[in-house]
Amino acid sequence: MIAAELSGVSLGFGGRVVLAGVNIALGAGEFVGLLGPNGSGKTTLLRALLGVHTPLSGRIEIFGTAARPGHKDVGYLPQLGAAVHPPVTGRDLLAASWHGAAWGLPRLGNDGRAAVAAALGAVDAVSLADRPIGALSGGERQRVLVAQALLGQPRLLLLDEPLASLDPRNQAAVVRMLRGLQQRLGLTVLCSAHDLNVLLPAVDRVLYVGAGQAVLGAVDEVVTAPVLSRLYGGPIDVVRAEGRVFVVPADRAA
Amino acid sequence: MNPFAYDFMRTAYEAAAVVAVMSGAAGYFLVLRRQSFAGHALGHVGFAGATLALLLGLPALPGLIAATVAGGVLMGALGERLAERDVGIGMVLALALGFGILFLGLFAGSAAQATALLFGNVLGVDRVTLAALLVTGAVCLAALAAMSRPLLFASLQPDLAEAHGVRLRPLGMAFLGVVGLAVAGAAQVVGVLLVFALLVGPAAAAQRFTPRIGRGFLLCVALAMVQAFGGVTLAFYSDWPASFCITLLAAGCYGAALVKPRQAVLF
Repeated sequence: MIAAELSGVSLGFGGRVVLAGVNIALGAGEFVGLLGPNGSGKTTLLRALLGVHTPLSGRIEIFGTAARPGHKDVGYLPQLGAAVHPPVTGRDLLAASWHGAAWGLPRLGNDGRAAVAAALGAVDAVSLADRPIGALSGGERQRVLVAQALLGQPRLLLLDEPLASLDPRNQAAVVRMLRGLQQRLGLTVLCSAHDLNVLLPAVDRVLYVGAGQAVLGAVDEVVTAPVLSRLYGGPIDVVRAEGRVFVVPADRAA
Repeated sequence: MNPFAYDFMRTAYEAAAVVAVMSGAAGYFLVLRRQSFAGHALGHVGFAGATLALLLGLPALPGLIAATVAGGVLMGALGERLAERDVGIGMVLALALGFGILFLGLFAGSAAQATALLFGNVLGVDRVTLAALLVTGAVCLAALAAMSRPLLFASLQPDLAEAHGVRLRPLGMAFLGVVGLAVAGAAQVVGVLLVFALLVGPAAAAQRFTPRIGRGFLLCVALAMVQAFGGVTLAFYSDWPASFCITLLAAGCYGAALVKPRQAVLF
């Protein structure tokens, strides 16, 4: 089964094309790392899968139906960037997002309460949920936000830089947790990151974007000097050492 | 000396109650969205509207409401390009105040009228104004209730809310329009220059006192009530301007929230 399929998709805004003619399919149950240089369109691609960013052309399907905001099969963890954390507890943050697009007064109800508790339990964050989100450490906060992405039992998780601003130990812990969740719940995960190495223990395949193109495949097929030189638009060397992969400029003088 | 023995004091308390509820309720979301400066600027936009109405021979209140609501909707439409940028908002604020002075000059209005608009005159609220405040408050609260669920979500996590199907731009326009109503109401009590005290003070204090949303909202409305009632009462006994008394209490509440131990959760 295919979790997400892009057919002839071009993305861009303001007259600039970021990705052109993308044809890829993410299989259900895959953990895919989304990588690429800065500004290569990782976030735009995720926003297109969410249905928030309308493609210039082409078609995006999530589990066989068109991508659209509020798709019941999609869970999302936005990039935090320089976000200031709202002065509320994790539990209230999750509660506010439960059917949060409906009109009227915020109401949780018994099913909402159960869903929030189940999502927090799935990432072992129940004990963190009653503290203000800003008072949590980076790793704890990401666990609560992953719980939020799990609300409503989505089948596809789109995670935008969930490892940014975490120290290496917490990055590894979050990746382990994500891989565990993905296998236990049979989820499809598309997770963008800056550094491939922290994701290596978790990924089945990688989706590399750059120079307007997107290449999906196994790490050994995609993370190679010829492919990355094309995507980065310049000579790139790929050095493998001690089970890790390093992407470096080929020109040593540079 | 019993303040309730006087008609003007009973009217003042009623006006203060209506205004406290709507500015407390709207202010909670305003602070959560970090748009307090936009709320402050709407007061100044209202000043231009009120003085233009006077110049045209109309009562000031409809002009004030029209300007704050229209100004709010417009700020929401400009979205991040304006509503969250302090320089843009500051320019609009200064320009609006400038136009207010121009209209007042052309109208040759009295200094007392200008002072009442700028600094409020809750003890001078008449029955007609009170009725207008009641209608404004009812519309403000009804609209806020109708949009509160997506508004809360979008205020806390805009990117996630958008992915869930919340349309941020129209919602932002509707919300700042509602804030316009609250600003117009608050201006009747504390004046356009001091709406910050009623709109932002209680919410900022409440959000420091508790990380729970429901309790924070109720505490915010309660603090707004305490400030408005306490301020009017203090003004009655001290003969100080009511607007000063209300701002004093607002600053006191916020100060108490600031010195509260960081991790202490009161509710």
